[in-house]
Amino acid sequence: MAFSTRERSLTDIPSTALKGESKPHHLANLDFAVLQQCIHCGMCLPTCPTYDTTKLERNSPRGRIALMRNIAEGHLDVTRAFGEELYFCLGCLACETACPAGVNYARMFEEARADIEDAGVLRYAKRDFVRAVMLRFIFAHPLALKALGRLLRLYQVSGLEWLVRKLRLTALLPADLRELEPLTPRIQPDFSDQLIGPVESPAKPGYRVGMLTGCVQDLVYPHVNRDTVDVLLANGCEVVTPAAQHCCGSLHAHNGELTLAREMARKSIDDMERAAGSLEHLDAIITNAAGCGSHLKHYDDLLEHDPQYARRARLWSHKLKDIHQWLAEIGITPPQTTGGSQPSTINYQLPVTYHEACHLCHGQKITQQPRTVLKSIPGLKLVELPESTWCCGSAGVYNITQPEMSHRLLERKLDNIAKTGAKVVASANPGCSVQLEAGARERGEALEIVHPITLLARAYRKGGEHS
Amino acid sequence: MPRISTLNPQLVTELTAILDPKRVLTEREHLLTYGFDGTAALQGEVGVVVFPQTTEEVAKIVRYAAQEKIPIVSRGSGTGLSGGSIPQPNAIVLCLVKMDRILELDEKNLTILAEAGAITQKITEKADTVGLLYPPDPGSMKISTIGGNVAENSGGLRGLKYGITRDYVMGMEVVLASGEVVWLGNKCVKDVAGYSMKDVFIGSEGTLGIITKVLLKLVPRPAAKKTMLAMYATMDAAADTVSAIIAAKIIPCTLEFLDRITIKCVEDFAKIGLPLDAEAILFMETDGHPAVIEEQGKQMEEIARRCGATAVQIAANADEANKLATARRSAFSALARVSPTTILEDATVPRSELTKMIRFIQGVATRHNLRIGTFGHMGDGNLHPTFLTDERNHEEMERVEVAMKEIFDYAIELGGTITGEHGVGLAKKKFLPDAIGNASLTLLRQLKRTLDPDGILNPGKIFD
Repeated sequence: MAFSTRERSLTDIPSTALKGESKPHHLANLDFAVLQQCIHCGMCLPTCPTYDTTKLERNSPRGRIALMRNIAEGHLDVTRAFGEELYFCLGCLACETACPAGVNYARMFEEARADIEDAGVLRYAKRDFVRAVMLRFIFAHPLALKALGRLLRLYQVSGLEWLVRKLRLTALLPADLRELEPLTPRIQPDFSDQLIGPVESPAKPGYRVGMLTGCVQDLVYPHVNRDTVDVLLANGCEVVTPAAQHCCGSLHAHNGELTLAREMARKSIDDMERAAGSLEHLDAIITNAAGCGSHLKHYDDLLEHDPQYARRARLWSHKLKDIHQWLAEIGITPPQTTGGSQPSTINYQLPVTYHEACHLCHGQKITQQPRTVLKSIPGLKLVELPESTWCCGSAGVYNITQPEMSHRLLERKLDNIAKTGAKVVASANPGCSVQLEAGARERGEALEIVHPITLLARAYRKGGEHS
Repeated sequence: MPRISTLNPQLVTELTAILDPKRVLTEREHLLTYGFDGTAALQGEVGVVVFPQTTEEVAKIVRYAAQEKIPIVSRGSGTGLSGGSIPQPNAIVLCLVKMDRILELDEKNLTILAEAGAITQKITEKADTVGLLYPPDPGSMKISTIGGNVAENSGGLRGLKYGITRDYVMGMEVVLASGEVVWLGNKCVKDVAGYSMKDVFIGSEGTLGIITKVLLKLVPRPAAKKTMLAMYATMDAAADTVSAIIAAKIIPCTLEFLDRITIKCVEDFAKIGLPLDAEAILFMETDGHPAVIEEQGKQMEEIARRCGATAVQIAANADEANKLATARRSAFSALARVSPTTILEDATVPRSELTKMIRFIQGVATRHNLRIGTFGHMGDGNLHPTFLTDERNHEEMERVEVAMKEIFDYAIELGGTITGEHGVGLAKKKFLPDAIGNASLTLLRQLKRTLDPDGILNPGKIFD
C-alpha cells in the first residue's frame, strides 16, 4: 500500500501530544466571510488529486476547510496531524476552479500554514535547518541564490558530478537525498542579467513593461527570460529589467512564512521602482513563471495593512500580467511566414501538447491565452492533453516534501502525455518543467519540455531569417 | 458546535477485527470532517468512521452493530441536502466510497451493475462508451454516489421526460438491519413475483437497510439534442411558455428556470453572457431523432416568442450547449457566493400550480424582508427557493424559519410536497406530519419497525 508509511506516521502520534504554544491567530483573524464561504457541497472533491487518491474527506479541500474552521473557532488546536494534512495538500488550487461558491482556498491555505509554523507542530532539527537555509537565506538574498547556482553549475560541468555518479558516491547520501539527486535541474552558464540589458527597446515602442526574471527560471531556464524579452520586443514593448531582483516571496507565503513573504514583496516593488522610475511609468509588469505570477498578483492582499506600501501594492497587482495574458490583451503580432505553398516556418514533425501549470489555470484562471500563443505559431499542431489541468506533482517544493504522492502524479501526467503522441510539451512554469524533464529522463523518453513563449520566440527568429 | 463523542474502545477493537485498521478512522482530525454533508447549518457528532470494501464486510459490521444495538449512519460522498447522513452520537459512520466498482455493463439487457459507492458521473460515462444513457442527473452527479442517489431517490434536470432515479432501479443488493444480505429485483422488465421490495428501499434514506449494489436500467442515447435559452421580462411569461409547450404535446427533456437573483449569481460565476436585466430565464432542451428535435426546437422557439420572450438564444454546437447546462447546474453553489449562509429548499407543486407558487415565494420574500433566489425544474414543478442569509443574524434566521413554514404550507395547500428530490432527513422532519398526514406517518413507522426493529439504521431521520 503506497500510503502506508504516511498513514502510520499520522496515526501513531497522538494529536494533542505535540500541541504548540501559540494561538492560531492567522486563521482566527481571517474574515468570517472567507471561512464561511464554503457550503460543503463537495464539488471540489473530484478535482482534488489527494482526495482522488485516498478517498478520505480529510485529504479533500472540503475536509481541510472544516478543520481550519474548527481551529478558527477554537474547537481544535493546531495539531501535528493538522500540520501534516496541510503539507499533504499540493496547493494546486484545482478546488478553486471547481468551486462555484468562490471560496478563496489559497488565502486560507497560506494562513493555515502560517499558524502551523507559528505553533511549531512540525518542527524537528533537519526541517528547521533546511527551512532556515532555504527560506531565510538562499531565497531571501539574490546573491546567495546566484552563488548556490554557480556552485551547482561548477559541480555539474567540472566532471565532479560525473565522477560522483560513476563512483556511486551518491550511495553515501541519506536515502531521501539520494532519491532527490536526479531531480537536480541543470544550471545554466549565464543568468538573466547577463542575457538581458537593463532597458531594451523595439523600433517602435507602443508599451513600456517591467520584466520579472524569477528565481528557478533565472538559474535553470534563463533563456526563457531572454525569449520573453524578445517576444515582448517583437510585440512593440520596451522592456525594463532590474538587474538585481529579489525572490517574489511565493515560496515563503506557501510555506507559512508570511512575514518574510511581505518583506520579499516590498523588496520586489522597490527593485522594479528603482529600475523603472515609478510603477506609474509602466503599462504592465510581466512574469513568465506561473507559480510566481499567481502569488505576485496578490501583493495587494499581502500588503493591505502596510501604510507605506498598500497603495503601491494595489498598483502592482493591477499591472501584474502573465506574459500570455499580456500578449492576448495587446494582440499577438503573428510570426512571419515564408511565402509559397509552404506556409510554415516551424515544421514540427510531431504535434505539441500543452500542460497547464496549476498556478496558471487554477491560480490565475489563464487557460485560453497560452493556447492562443501556441496557435499563432505557423505550422504548429496543438493536440489537447487529457487531464491537462491535473497537477504534475511539482507543486513548489512538494516533490521534495511528499515524494511519493508527487511521483504518483508525475506518472499520471507522463501517461497522459504519452496518449497524445506529442514529443514536445509546452509548459509555462519552471517547477513543472523541472519535474517533467526529470520524469521523462527516468522513463528514458525523449520529451522536449518547452515554454510556449520559447516556441513563439523561435518562430519570430525563424521568420526573421527568411524575411 | 461540533463535538466528538466518547469512543467505546471495545467498539474500535471489534471494528478493526472486521476491517483493515487503516479503514477504521478514530483520529479527531478525521472525525471532524465527517460531521456534515451538503446541508447548511447542520452538524453532528462522529465517533468512528469505517470504509468497508465488500458486501460481506458491510454485513459483518451490521451484524455486530445489531448485536450491540449500536446505530449505523451510512453515507457516500456526503453531498445530501437534507442532512440525511448527519451522524448520530455514538454511531458508526459507514462510508461506502471505497466500494466504487462498476461491475457489469450489459448491452443486451440494457443494464449496468455497480457497487453503491460508484460515482454517478462514472456510470453515465461508462454507459456513454456504448451509446447508452443513464438519464438521472442530480446537480452533484460529478461526485455523488449511486447508492446515495438511490437511497435519496434523487431527481435532476431531465425529470420531465425521463423521470427520476426510481424509474431506473431494476434491482439492488441490500444489507438488512439484521446483517442478512438480500437481492431484490433482476434484469427482467416484467417481474411481479411478490411485493416490489426494491421500491421500499428507494428513497429510504438509509433507515431501512444499507444498499451495497445497484442494478440500473439504461436507455439508448438520443442521437441529437437542441439546447436553447429564452429570456423574459416577467415570470408569468416564462410560466406561460412552459404550459404552452406541454399543451402542444411536446415533452422536452429539460425545462429549467432561473429568477433574476439566480441569473446574476450564475453569470458572476460562469460568465457566459446571461442578460442581467431579465426577470426570468428558461433553459430548454429537447433530445431525440435529429429530424424530430429540429421541428420541436422550432416549435418551442416560436411558442417562447409568442408567450413574450424578449430573446431566444439557440446553442450552435455541443460546446455551447454544455456551457449553458453547466451554468444551470451551478445555480445552487453560485447563489452561495452572495451571503455567508445559503439555505436551499425544494418545495414542489403540480406543474399547473407553478406560477402561483413562484409568485407566493416572491411575496414571502418581500413580506419578511428576505432575499430568496429561486430556480428549479419548471417542467416538473420542482422549485428551489434559496434563502441567502447569515446564520449569525439570529433575528433574520427566525424570519427565515417563518418564511419556510409558509412556503411549505402553501405548497401542501396546492397539492404539492415539502421535498421533491432532497429527502426529509433532519431538515424537513418537522414538516413531514403536515405533509403526509397521520395515517401515512403511522404506516411509515410500522414499516420501519418491521425492517429495523431495534432502530439501529440511521435513527432519528425522516421521523422520530
